[in-house]
Amino acid sequence: MGLNIIVLAKQVPDTRNVGKDAMKADGTVNRAALPAIFNPEDLNALEQALRLKDKYKGTTVTILTMGPGRAADIIREGLYRGSDKGYLLTDRAFAGSDTLATSYAISRAIMKLDKADLIIAGRQAIDGDTAQVGPQVAEKLGMPQITYAEEIVSLEKGKITVKRRLERGVETVESPVPVVVTVNSSAPDCRPRNAKLLMKYKHAKTITESQNASEDYLNLSADRPFLNIPEMSVNDIDADPKWLGLAGSPTKVKKIENIVFQAKEAKKLTAGDNDINELMKELIANHTIG
Amino acid sequence: MNNVFVICEIDEGKVADVSLELLTKGRTLANELKCKLEAVALGHNIEGIEKELYPYGADVVHVGDDERLNPYTTLPHTAVITGLFEEEKPQIALLGATTFGRDLGPRVSSALQSGLTADCTALEIGDHEDKKAGKTYKDLLYQIRPAFGGNIVATIINPDCRPQMATVREGVMKKEIYDKNYKGKLNKLDINKYLKPEDLVVKVIERHMEKSKVNIKNASIIVSGGYGMGSKENFNLLYELAEVIGAEVGASRAAVDAGFAEHDRQVGQTGVTVRPKLYIACGISGQIQHVAGMEDSSMIIAVNNDPNAPINKIADYVITGDVAEVIPKMIKYYKQNTK
Repeated sequence: MGLNIIVLAKQVPDTRNVGKDAMKADGTVNRAALPAIFNPEDLNALEQALRLKDKYKGTTVTILTMGPGRAADIIREGLYRGSDKGYLLTDRAFAGSDTLATSYAISRAIMKLDKADLIIAGRQAIDGDTAQVGPQVAEKLGMPQITYAEEIVSLEKGKITVKRRLERGVETVESPVPVVVTVNSSAPDCRPRNAKLLMKYKHAKTITESQNASEDYLNLSADRPFLNIPEMSVNDIDADPKWLGLAGSPTKVKKIENIVFQAKEAKKLTAGDNDINELMKELIANHTIG
Repeated sequence: MNNVFVICEIDEGKVADVSLELLTKGRTLANELKCKLEAVALGHNIEGIEKELYPYGADVVHVGDDERLNPYTTLPHTAVITGLFEEEKPQIALLGATTFGRDLGPRVSSALQSGLTADCTALEIGDHEDKKAGKTYKDLLYQIRPAFGGNIVATIINPDCRPQMATVREGVMKKEIYDKNYKGKLNKLDINKYLKPEDLVVKVIERHMEKSKVNIKNASIIVSGGYGMGSKENFNLLYELAEVIGAEVGASRAAVDAGFAEHDRQVGQTGVTVRPKLYIACGISGQIQHVAGMEDSSMIIAVNNDPNAPINKIADYVITGDVAEVIPKMIKYYKQNTK
């Protein structure tokens, strides 16, 4: 018997490769200059899901992502690597959501999908590093949670065994399913794209994306329903607007400041022998080292 | 009612350092708000633990001592804390941003439908005016944290929901005894009142905890490397220098992400905050997330081939040059001058 697995994934700006043009002259972030990527730990989570699919025949892996229209890239990326389908949760009403409002929307969407045995996500996203959405979704769904997972050891007979990597050690826990698991970057990397799947899904589009498509494309997608990436909006998930977006977010941003370091009067040295020698003498003389 | 709460982490019967640091901060906040500071400690065989907490200024210590609370699992702790918070209605609740706090905090905040800000680097009390709604809020908790890859610092508030929750990394706040004779009140919790059978479904079947091998938090000299070190092999230069001058090796997040160093060595907002006597930053550009974790070092030496690297602005000595050239020279001249 196959499992039903939902992978929560997020498209994030690649904050690890912030270049010089990442900030505009007025000190705000220039999002256009940051490439949008599949959140790295969500890829670790996808790999855990795909390993379960390899192990348990008939398993379905579904990607669920929330974001603007371009986040459909995340679903395509997942399809290229072996997931079976994906849903894009997108609506202007979600704009300005903090982690709690995001978790509410995601949990409502999960309730609309086929009943899952496992909901799996990266521990945290690199644009916020909060690690909150996984546990908050679990609570909203009334499911147990296993955070900091490194390996899903088994998922059989309604029971999951997971190895967790904590700050100072490892722990193995057992939980009934359904359960929400969040995965660390210490888990194995995700497998690369599969060439056959890339060919199969490269024309997969959401309804919004296919609005501008040619007639040829529309004929093609009518023949191949797997090319349609379903979208979900507020109306599809029976969400109460008061828990969504800015209104549904208890935390508000009061102030954003650009970083300006108070420049100190630094002593400037070269890499030359003389400069380094003098520096080491000085540090030894004033007992900073030695 | 409406006091400042610290959810303490109990590690093998002892209170974690980060919890004591938060009690110190919580005491300052409580004084400013003219309210009480309360602590929650859950575990098993922890009788007398309140005596460890009073000297940090805890007016009330809520202790839950029950075998179902050790080892830590999410659901029983969540049940007790949300139950207690519904009765006590704290205005502020603080947790360490450890695996414990980052597992428990969001679960509790979701259950109470209250806001939580992760990895704060500063906490202050201040007012807020919502011009659109024409409302003024007094004495909110300003939760200050770097955001967006460390390019900006954001001040977050929770105007309407309580408690205002925040997590803080170990070492960010300073631990100080408030009054070694300070006497608070013990409140023993009746755990059966809060726990339901379904809270006990997750079982820990194996656990191996080891003392961290790396101790950069208490090192007096730290040689730290960033992405600019270029490779894991070049990182070995840092270990050589550290060995010679008696230092620990630290790393920036970019270096850890690139696999140059293990996560225990990460200095910064999502790693460890350090205050050594000397911090040598090699090939580190100086993103705010990193700087937040080391700017209180007594002396900073920056080695970087970019003369405009942000780290240079907070450094006492700036060496412009290639790390692979500079570090061996530091080793050589240290040895020469100490002979």
